[in-house]
Amino acid sequence: MIILFNLALGGYIFATLSYLIFFGNGNKKIRTLARAAIIGAGVMHILYTVARMVKAGHTPITNNHEAVSFFALAVTWGYLSFRWRYRVQNFGVFVSPIIVALMLVAKFSSQAVMELPPALQSLWLPVHASIAVMANGFLALAFCGGIMYLLQEREIKKKKFGLFYHRLPSLEALDDLNRHCLAVGFPLMTLGIISGSVWAKQAWGTYWQWDPKETWSLITWFIYAAILHQRFTAGWRRRRAAIMAIVGFAAALFTLWGVNFLIGGVHSYAG
Amino acid sequence: MQADNILLIGLNHKTAPVAIREKMALAGDRELPYQQLRRLGCEECCILSTCNRVEISFVSRDPEKTGPAVRKFLFGDSNLSQEEYEKYSYLHQGSTAVAHLFRVAASLDSMIVGEPQILGQLKQAFKVATENKSSGPILNRFFHKAFSVAKRVRTETSIGSNAVSISYAAVELAKKIFGDLGGKNVMLLGAGEMAELAAEHLINQGINEVLVVNRTLERAVNLAQRFKGRAAGLDQLVDRLTEIDILISSTGAPGLVLSGPEVKPIMRRRMNSPLFLIDIAVPRDLDPALNDIDNVYLYDIDDLQQVVEMNKSERDKEATRGEAIVGEEAIKFSQWLNAMEIGTTIAALKDKTDEICAAELARTLKHLGNLSDKEKNSLEKMVAAIAARMAHNPIMFMKKETDPELRTEKLAMVRRIFALDPAPEGGRCERHDQP
Repeated sequence: MIILFNLALGGYIFATLSYLIFFGNGNKKIRTLARAAIIGAGVMHILYTVARMVKAGHTPITNNHEAVSFFALAVTWGYLSFRWRYRVQNFGVFVSPIIVALMLVAKFSSQAVMELPPALQSLWLPVHASIAVMANGFLALAFCGGIMYLLQEREIKKKKFGLFYHRLPSLEALDDLNRHCLAVGFPLMTLGIISGSVWAKQAWGTYWQWDPKETWSLITWFIYAAILHQRFTAGWRRRRAAIMAIVGFAAALFTLWGVNFLIGGVHSYAG
Repeated sequence: MQADNILLIGLNHKTAPVAIREKMALAGDRELPYQQLRRLGCEECCILSTCNRVEISFVSRDPEKTGPAVRKFLFGDSNLSQEEYEKYSYLHQGSTAVAHLFRVAASLDSMIVGEPQILGQLKQAFKVATENKSSGPILNRFFHKAFSVAKRVRTETSIGSNAVSISYAAVELAKKIFGDLGGKNVMLLGAGEMAELAAEHLINQGINEVLVVNRTLERAVNLAQRFKGRAAGLDQLVDRLTEIDILISSTGAPGLVLSGPEVKPIMRRRMNSPLFLIDIAVPRDLDPALNDIDNVYLYDIDDLQQVVEMNKSERDKEATRGEAIVGEEAIKFSQWLNAMEIGTTIAALKDKTDEICAAELARTLKHLGNLSDKEKNSLEKMVAAIAARMAHNPIMFMKKETDPELRTEKLAMVRRIFALDPAPEGGRCERHDQP
């Protein structure tokens, strides 16, 4: 089973390296190779997740290894679904390293299959966890878009055209990317929180118990709600939207890891 | 067919001044020059004539003789001496001729490198040659390969994508900020050739509307008519900034026309949608501090000039990559020619063995007297089998993968051993452009 994981990781690393080479020399054959590798790795990754699900008997999203691996999977398929509809030049160059980073975190986390306490064995586990992680996947894409926006904007503003001016798409395209990813990511995040609270009611008898993870996801939710609200009313677009996508993602990452390692609570995996 | 049977004679903007080039009257779809070239010994030929170059590509069995004749023909009745011909024109043969045509097609040899016009001209020239029945198997393949090499260079490098004039640089920047320019509005502040040119380029990119602002409303109205846009007086300048996305400024005003503090509140009203300000006036119209406002991008004439310089050097880099592709494809094409040569050599070898077999059979059968058809048949089969087995190794020897130069040598050797060339051995000598 772990071989599938390693194959996926290898594929992602290969795709990242190919994308970086393409970024350097612009050889389109290498980009084609990178695309094929990322799709292949994405398929391996799905197979791995399914295999693990069969072995564990529940959705594999209960410890850090599984959650982060699932997160990487969500980024991958979020990216591929995005590519299917829009074309953002060199987006893959920025997304693939994030996928690899997540996969490496997953690789060096404990891969033991966890026994699930009976209270948590519910249909809500896959619903809640996968929606929440998918939301994170799209927020990660918005984060990438934000970084690309700031890099490109900097060169246009300073009139110093270096590595990015010719290789990155227009500011407009990057702003669209930001909007699209938040437009998908935010509703998913909302659904994640709602489904989590419904599940909490079922498992513990209360919708909300101010567990640190719950608190932090609410904080993150408010940050993104504010971003979207300001975007449509006060013109938080473009540069500010890009910065906020980065800030928001930092909060989302803290909710995912910071809370587990620094604070703890019912969500802390591998506890 | 030897690779060296392909030749290319011509002159271009680098080798000959316009005073010489304009005397080369080979343009047009006329039939006459093709007839003359065929008479001079060109089996296949194509004439390319543009304002920057006149070139004749041709195939000849006797390049030694045809080459100088074609060169003389090229200069026609221009009263130039032999020395001058050779000074102004170039003669490429074999793989250098192949590489040259590929470079021309890929616009690596153009006055403005990367400009795509030449490919269309080359296609047209080839069409005319075809219509005059002057292209055959070699040139057909040669030119189609040149077209595909040009396409490859265009797709694999960004040689044609960089703006090398001020007004195109402005358009390119606008695209980097706004993506698609459709639906965007541009304001033209003041008038002037360069500003109007930039506005025209923007309109060609699908700009929605031009708003002309001028100190005198009458001039604004006149200019607006030209662009089918609207006009406004200078007093409305700041208010109208909410309606536009790109501002091209080129007034003759001695001081600043628009300052930073004037625009800051506008950005809030614009909901921070970006504003691209192009200042091509000297002295400058727009406050340099405008560039410090979020989502405002101010470029003055020096900034645009810098973009142009950068694009030029970028294009030179891309041209180097284009040259590499051309080199690679020229080698491939020469290999094709050589492979074709192997084919003819093998055919010649088989003809030769068949000929020997037939002669020897005839002699032997005469001595043997009466044989049944069956016996005759077996005898023929046996002789053919021996010949085929004898020829097998030399053929494999020629076909074996080696580098093109060695292959030519091998072919020469086989041809000499089996005496496949009818004429007494002459040996090939390399021809070069210089005498």
